[in-house]
Amino acid sequence: MNRLKRQLAPYFLVLPGGLWLLVFFAVPMIAMLSLSLQQGDVVYGYRLTFHWQNYTDAISGYHDQLVRSLIYAAIGTILLIALSFPVAHWIAFYGGKRKPTYLFLLLLPFFVSFVLRTISWRQILTDDGPVLQPLKHIGVLPDSYHLLGTPEAVIGGLVYNYLPFMVLPIYVALERIDPRVVEASRDLYASPALSFRKVILPLALPGVFAGVLMSFVPMASDYVNSEVLGSQSTTMIGQVIQSKYLQTSDYPTASALSFILMAVLLVGIFAYARALGTEDVMKVAAR
Amino acid sequence: MSASNLPDGALLRGLTQRRIGRRDALRISGLSALGATLAACGVQGKAKPGAGASVAPDAVAKYWTGKTKVGHVDFANWPLYMDPKKPELATFTKETGITVTYKEVIQEMGPWFAKVQPQLAAGQSIGYDLMVITNSIQFAQFRDSGFLAPLDHSKLPNFTKNAGAQYTKEAYDPGNVYSVPWASGMTGIAYDETKTKRPITKLADLWDPAFKGKIGMFSDTQELANFGLLKVGANPDKSTSSDWDKAAKELKAQKPLVRKYYDQSYIDALGNGEVWITMAWSGDVFQKNLSDGTNFKFVIPEEGGTIWTDNMTIPITAKAPLDAITLMDFFYRPDIAASIANFIGYVCPVPAAQAEMRAAAAKKKGTDKTSELAAADSKLVFPTDDVYAKLHYYVSFSNVDDQQTFQKTFEPIVLG
Repeated sequence: MNRLKRQLAPYFLVLPGGLWLLVFFAVPMIAMLSLSLQQGDVVYGYRLTFHWQNYTDAISGYHDQLVRSLIYAAIGTILLIALSFPVAHWIAFYGGKRKPTYLFLLLLPFFVSFVLRTISWRQILTDDGPVLQPLKHIGVLPDSYHLLGTPEAVIGGLVYNYLPFMVLPIYVALERIDPRVVEASRDLYASPALSFRKVILPLALPGVFAGVLMSFVPMASDYVNSEVLGSQSTTMIGQVIQSKYLQTSDYPTASALSFILMAVLLVGIFAYARALGTEDVMKVAAR
Repeated sequence: MSASNLPDGALLRGLTQRRIGRRDALRISGLSALGATLAACGVQGKAKPGAGASVAPDAVAKYWTGKTKVGHVDFANWPLYMDPKKPELATFTKETGITVTYKEVIQEMGPWFAKVQPQLAAGQSIGYDLMVITNSIQFAQFRDSGFLAPLDHSKLPNFTKNAGAQYTKEAYDPGNVYSVPWASGMTGIAYDETKTKRPITKLADLWDPAFKGKIGMFSDTQELANFGLLKVGANPDKSTSSDWDKAAKELKAQKPLVRKYYDQSYIDALGNGEVWITMAWSGDVFQKNLSDGTNFKFVIPEEGGTIWTDNMTIPITAKAPLDAITLMDFFYRPDIAASIANFIGYVCPVPAAQAEMRAAAAKKKGTDKTSELAAADSKLVFPTDDVYAKLHYYVSFSNVDDQQTFQKTFEPIVLG
């Protein structure tokens, strides 16, 4: 009896988590997959007809927005790395005793709601707002110049909103580097630049990898920044999906678009993981 | 119509606040509504092919037979559509003994439909006996799904007696089979004359290259399409799919000039100089002028504007339909209609309320008196025939295919 109990124990332990995943992940995914292959409308009902054309229609209708989202997310990710690495590096190596304070300061703005912060950028950057108005007044910018409604504004918003998702993983990776390793490289006559390139950077890569995952994926599917800071020429795929679900009740197209976005992101991430190597990431995670 | 003949004070607050509440909440409510939508996925539609605006002759009798008074009504309405102290409902309870729970739960038509559709399709109560819905695509979806109870007009004596003629033959529900109006509002053009340097009078001004990058249009496809249709000389209400194509072409030509297709945020965009000239809802501009001391103008363009109507309806699964229809009729008593219109300041469907308001104002003093008199004389609350003549109804759809064609025609303009 006891032996049986011991044998079954792992299965019982996995039960809550397994059920959770089944109910809240697998079931909705299957429902959505089914929905993406249905035909009809909300009034007369959607029927499962394995209408694969939903996918081709979705791609031909919205591939501009899809490509645009990926480009915005890619540019945003590169900017994020460029911005986050120096910050994380400085806090990790020069933060001293105040490291937690600096991290807290970094996170402080993010205690305010995401949507509110984005809307406040709208107020700040608006045509006659506190930033552009004085510049226009002294003639640095032409009167017709505007920032809102441009891709720059949307990418800026994305970078701003996802900054902690990049800084924190890089910081964690850098913080774990034993300073003696860096010292050793210097003792072996490596210049600071070479030491950075040969020692710090490779050790920080798993952090960058995690940061890219955590920021690129949500940025590509973001629908708030473009809605608030952009215009019709910056529409992203998240906005299309949102509008399909909640404005026109076109559930099949919305589901198909969601799956297409997911597939594109998964393929991209797998390729990226293969290129960068997941083993290092696993090692860091396991430490 | 110009800003000069408009009243100020409490009326303006009423004229304006509600729309901000309802459109603004869209993005924030999006998340919770999404959950509801996903839950709706597996639910099948309810309409039988061929169902539409017509109703079987015995449907009214069939629905109302055996319905008895419950003594309580759950009422779902839009924000800021009634005095928060709800004096009208107190009067109703005193006179009929029916209590009312009033909730401002409807923020936007799309999400509201998505939220209640699964329950209605399953034949379950949505928790409300009376709900106010706009004459939108979703109105047709509610109607065609068979989600609205057919109204028994023998139970609506005040409506029969007091409703304005134009509110009894609206295209989306001729003969008020399923709905009676709560209030109406108008869509026109708002502009900043200090920037445009000239008065704006016509739709063509929204297509003026001089305002490139400073023109705002609505992202709501129906609102947008209406202006495109009026621009090409079509009456939205009677438009056909060939008119839609022409209008879409006109709107696409305008696209390079448009700064953005806005939701409720257009009013802030006008305020901070992002746009100089924009599509607008009747009340917002005056609210803005009142609260920020700006001097923006609102006009109904020469080619015409549009009028939308929010309507009281009874969901088919209501638990207290008899109480609900009693309350519905109660709002058509001129004194009650006057009281509501005085607070909300939107177009009142009861013409007799105007005299009631004047009479009520005579008994009041100070700002209460002037604001109620101003409301009674306002063309935005009681439009005169010349104003009505310029207003058009929304595009109405005879079937779902039409509606989908319409969406496919105009959606790409907004989604860029």
